[in-house]
Amino acid sequence: MVRLHSHRQAGTVIAMNAAARTEPGAAVDQPSRTVDLTVVPRRRYGLWIGTLLTLLLASVVTHAIATNPAFAWDVAFGYILHPSILRGLGTTLLLTVLIMVVAIVVGTVIAIMRVSPSVVLQGFGSAYVWFFRGVPALIQLIFWFNLALIVREFTLTLPGLGTVFSVRTNDVMSPFVAAVVALSLCEAGYMAEIIRAGIKSVPHGQTEAASSLGMTYGSILRRIVLPQAMRFVVPPTGNEAINLLKMTSLVTYIAVDDLFYAAQSIYARTFETIPLLMVVSFWYLLVVTLMSFGQYHIERYYGRSDIQSEGMTAWLFRTTLGRHARGAQP
Amino acid sequence: MNERADNQLRFGVPDGTMVFSRGVRKSFGPLEVLKGIDLEVPSGSVACIIGPSGSGKSTFLRCINHLEKLSGGVLLVDSEFVGYDLRDGRLHEVSHRLLCRRRAEIGMVFQSFNLFSHMTALENLTEAPTRVRGTPAAEAKREAMELLARVGLAEKAGAYPRELSGGQQQRVAIARALAMKPKVLLFDEPTSALDPELVGEVLQVMRDLAESGMTMVVVTHEVGFAREVGDQLVFMDGGVIVERGSPRDMIASPQSPRTREFLSRVL
Repeated sequence: MVRLHSHRQAGTVIAMNAAARTEPGAAVDQPSRTVDLTVVPRRRYGLWIGTLLTLLLASVVTHAIATNPAFAWDVAFGYILHPSILRGLGTTLLLTVLIMVVAIVVGTVIAIMRVSPSVVLQGFGSAYVWFFRGVPALIQLIFWFNLALIVREFTLTLPGLGTVFSVRTNDVMSPFVAAVVALSLCEAGYMAEIIRAGIKSVPHGQTEAASSLGMTYGSILRRIVLPQAMRFVVPPTGNEAINLLKMTSLVTYIAVDDLFYAAQSIYARTFETIPLLMVVSFWYLLVVTLMSFGQYHIERYYGRSDIQSEGMTAWLFRTTLGRHARGAQP
Repeated sequence: MNERADNQLRFGVPDGTMVFSRGVRKSFGPLEVLKGIDLEVPSGSVACIIGPSGSGKSTFLRCINHLEKLSGGVLLVDSEFVGYDLRDGRLHEVSHRLLCRRRAEIGMVFQSFNLFSHMTALENLTEAPTRVRGTPAAEAKREAMELLARVGLAEKAGAYPRELSGGQQQRVAIARALAMKPKVLLFDEPTSALDPELVGEVLQVMRDLAESGMTMVVVTHEVGFAREVGDQLVFMDGGVIVERGSPRDMIASPQSPRTREFLSRVL
């Protein structure tokens, strides 16, 4: 057995069975003397040049940002914990959570419709996804905000009982409600596709095995298919949640006082546009970072039946530096 | 019970027959896969079905627990239709819930194991008894541990399917089917997906089951197993039963030239 050791790179220890190569038929378990040889790594000039250029660029940009007075960092710091900014952040977080929950529920229903044997349900599911994914979120938002222009009031009239309840659209469709409804329905279109792909990823044999044990459609879906689909659903859902957090800044257009709206109302008065955009960016970045950590732990939970699970560092590298693919497998 | 007696009388089911098949046909679109299968599997006996791939043997097995709907014929398990009720001379499809209850009495073991991959071996065994039968969790767990011990895998109770070898997975799958205390156990090529050195351990578990008096219908390529354990051997080809008989006689001196040709290739 000849072992080649590298003193420079810990990762390149090459082992080969020299005895077996040189004397075919020789007993493998025969002890042979060990020889240590040093590996000299190839010189990578391209990598060095690239590293140098990147460091140069990074320092130029950092210097420009740090020294340019227009960023007014002291002003930005002063606004980070401003009460109306914090209130706006609260609204943004509340919107994100509400919309995501509704979108997951509606998306699951649409996904189940799309994999159902009924052509009508399939068609409805496909049409839903086609429409809500195809129309820009901003247009959907303004549409729901202006719903009163189409439907003046909602009335439930039952034969024999008369009018059970009646409500004017304008009383219900506050900007906040319009935002939740519009963005939930829009996001549900994306979630439906993610969940459908997850359901499809579970081998048909799992359903057959559960059927042969006498389990009903409902319990097969809840106990066997959906939990296994989760492994494939969680990573893209995390990406969707992060996208959604940023997408909620659209609600500024219909005057919901979210994080961005709060910043806008301040800089409309004081003209400190850039510092306030920095404050908003800081909060969005912070929340996205926290969400990424949460996503990592949920992925770990649903991937617990896989033997190979990557470490935290490897995961950070994959999600921040690697391909940030939608629908990536854990 | 009354329904069973009626069916026995109407279709001439011999006493003590677990699986009774008369003229069973199955088509997928224009393709007729089963062209009239007659078979009787007495309680406590082992029927082995062999035949080339595409002969319809797996389809027939899947008809028994109604994973495939019949296109025609009569198929009774313990003198009952699985997916239908016979009323006014017509077969009415039963409710999903009743179908599930009847299916729960027919165990099935698949070629690709199909263990629930997100559950441990133990959870695979307790899932159906607790969900379908309403067995208390503690009791289901105790029975599951006994079954795992019976297939020699008590120490693997906490292992996920991925952590088990093919042979171990198949043994857990057999234990999972047994956890429902089925009247009959269907095996769909249980050793075909296994590495050769793992086939033995699965066949041993099946041999023990047969000795314990379990009624078994086994679709297999293991002619040796059929000869040793089978009470009857059925050779299928092209959607019909070509030849049937006692395994020893049939393997020693097949009557049909098609049987002879098939056996010469697999032996």
